[in-house]
Amino acid sequence: MYQLYEFLRGPGAWIAFTVFFVGLAVRMAFLVGLSKERDKVLYNHFDWSWAWRSIFHWLIPLGSVSFRQQPIFGLVFWVFHVGLLAIPLFLNAHNVLWDEAFGISLPSLSDKLADYGTMVVMACVAFLFIRRLARPEVRILSEGWDYLLLILVLAPFLTGFLAYRQIGPYDLMLNLHIFSGELMLILIPFSKLGHIILFFFTRAFIGSEMGARREIEGRLGARTW
Amino acid sequence: MSQTDMEQTATEAVEQAEDEAEEKAPVAAEEPQAPAPINVKQIKGILEMNKGARFRTWLNICARCGLCADSCFFYLAHDKDPKLSPAYKIKTTLGEMYKRKGEVDREFLTQAKEVVWGQCSVCRRCSMFCPFGIDMASMFMTARAVCNSQGILPAGLARTKKNIIETGNQMAVSNEDWIETCEWMAEEWGEEVAGLNIPVDQHGAKYMYTVNPREPVYYPQDVGMMAIIMYVAEESWTVPTNGWDCTNLAMFCGDKAAAAIPVRNMYQAAQELGVEYILMTECGHAYRSGCFEGPYFMDIPGGKPPVPVKHSVQLFVELIREGKIKIDPAKRLKERVTVQDPCNVSRSGGLSEYLRELTNMLCEDFVDMTPNREYNHCCGGGGGFIPMGPEYKKRRMASGKVKAEQIRATGAKVVISPCHNCFDQLNDINKEYKLGYKVVSFKELITEMMIIPDKFKPKDEDEEEDAGASAESEE
Ligand code: SF4
Ligand code: SF4
Ligand code: SF4
Repeated sequence: MYQLYEFLRGPGAWIAFTVFFVGLAVRMAFLVGLSKERDKVLYNHFDWSWAWRSIFHWLIPLGSVSFRQQPIFGLVFWVFHVGLLAIPLFLNAHNVLWDEAFGISLPSLSDKLADYGTMVVMACVAFLFIRRLARPEVRILSEGWDYLLLILVLAPFLTGFLAYRQIGPYDLMLNLHIFSGELMLILIPFSKLGHIILFFFTRAFIGSEMGARREIEGRLGARTW
Repeated sequence: MSQTDMEQTATEAVEQAEDEAEEKAPVAAEEPQAPAPINVKQIKGILEMNKGARFRTWLNICARCGLCADSCFFYLAHDKDPKLSPAYKIKTTLGEMYKRKGEVDREFLTQAKEVVWGQCSVCRRCSMFCPFGIDMASMFMTARAVCNSQGILPAGLARTKKNIIETGNQMAVSNEDWIETCEWMAEEWGEEVAGLNIPVDQHGAKYMYTVNPREPVYYPQDVGMMAIIMYVAEESWTVPTNGWDCTNLAMFCGDKAAAAIPVRNMYQAAQELGVEYILMTECGHAYRSGCFEGPYFMDIPGGKPPVPVKHSVQLFVELIREGKIKIDPAKRLKERVTVQDPCNVSRSGGLSEYLRELTNMLCEDFVDMTPNREYNHCCGGGGGFIPMGPEYKKRRMASGKVKAEQIRATGAKVVISPCHNCFDQLNDINKEYKLGYKVVSFKELITEMMIIPDKFKPKDEDEEEDAGASAESEE
């Protein structure tokens, strides 16, 4: 068990982070290269102001007409994403690791706050899971992957939560925690989770396409939020 | 002159019968001989050509969140049938084509046809409600291109496309007939405005006016009305002998080569005549084609039309603002009015504020629909639906429910439509849902309400104050 822990903490972590960064960079480079050839429409009508507004309104809670039509989902969705990003980044225990590995440390969340936050994220996952099953228009779209990804996202939170509270075998929980976190990092560049970066590009495109492109000569562009 | 948008509204009774007959055998109706085998290589080519960074990303990152469902009027009009959500329709058509790497058969494509034409008007509303802004209309257009490449498309559109390829316009009107219509209208409306003429092929005019072929065919008075407005406003304008059709139904077939034909004719005419603007009649999809999609059909670098395109609604507002056209305050409409935001004029054209400004100039009791402007719902007649004919009429009426309810809620007695397609659809849902309103175009209202200055009044009967206009203003 300890050897596994050593591996996951050492080389495992390096592998995960390398795959994460390199994978995303390669995917982006490939798409940007391809877009130069096949997506001229993106460059022809790109506009920073429309791109930025199109991104911004979907980042703030209930910033879009669409989310305001389903406000509960909209809020859960937002809290879920904030928790997903903030807790792993700012967790006290992780900060120690950041410092060890990269010599940097970020502002720390108090353990108590992180603990509550983790519970909230888990509740959000449960909500999203149930929503997926309960709403016909979402269920019909959902495939195994969509459920699996939710569980994958849940895993590091659940195991971290259990380990912190010393529920169940601690060593196993800790190993599972690190493993599932690393697995998620590795999967991001190759799955739908790539939207952590791609989101900004698709939003910038549609914002410019429906906004800026229609705006010239006294016309008004359409807001995509 | 074969299949036209108007036929459907004109011949209600016959249609009902045809409707049922065609619903039963939609495929047989369009393929008399044994169908050619599916050309998988060609399909692969189309799929590959479109698989750029955007398509790859869109196909991959759809989070299956279902948020787009509520944005689609097909879904809303059919008790929220989950099979009608935009994401599902994409997943089962274009998504499946990519998944199978283009290895699809006729049966699959025939089913896909019913989705990409029969369940989507490419109104582009869903893109505004998706967290990733996935441009589903573009994806539907590509799925249409795949079906079209194998000759699988609604029969009505296939006939229209044939007209475009053979004659350059969707209704096979000859250029002579078009010019004759202009001359006839100048003469007829000349009784109200002395000296009225429609300049043909005049070099260096400011505006080159282009129309929907249904005007020369069914609504020649529309051409006359525009002539009066331009003449009284003393605008410099002309009509071209060739390239006068601004519409583009080949666009909705997903046929890039055919869609380039009317666009090329129009751009060429404008460049040859050296005009400042291509002016368009009140038509939605024509504006989408001329302004936005046309340059891509022709692969024009930069993606902009070589000559700027102006919708007549914008011109009308400018003319009234500048005082070139004066509206008689006594004639402004007193009845409750609402205005239809054609998707291709408001959401995809950016002209929604002009519609409101113009409506307020002409009407006293204007109530907007909800939602409106870029968030409007399609009337249900767009994306090629009207020319798709009786075979699809039942579906068109069912999905028109959303628009019907929107209009009912305003209590409007008059609905203004700056789009020929919406015009027909609004008339049809008016009957279907017994709403009891009247559909008008802006140019119709303006010609009824404008003040004709004395200098334009016919000399022999100048005592008889603008007879034509006041005779028509009573409803
Ligand atoms: S483009 Fe319009 S009709 Fe088509 S799926 Fe989207 S919302 Fe529905
Ligand atoms: S809203 Fe966008 S991401 Fe969500 S299901 Fe629809 S297309 Fe997919
Ligand atoms: S018919 Fe009218 S509302 Fe409907 S798609 Fe065309 S422009 Fe849009």
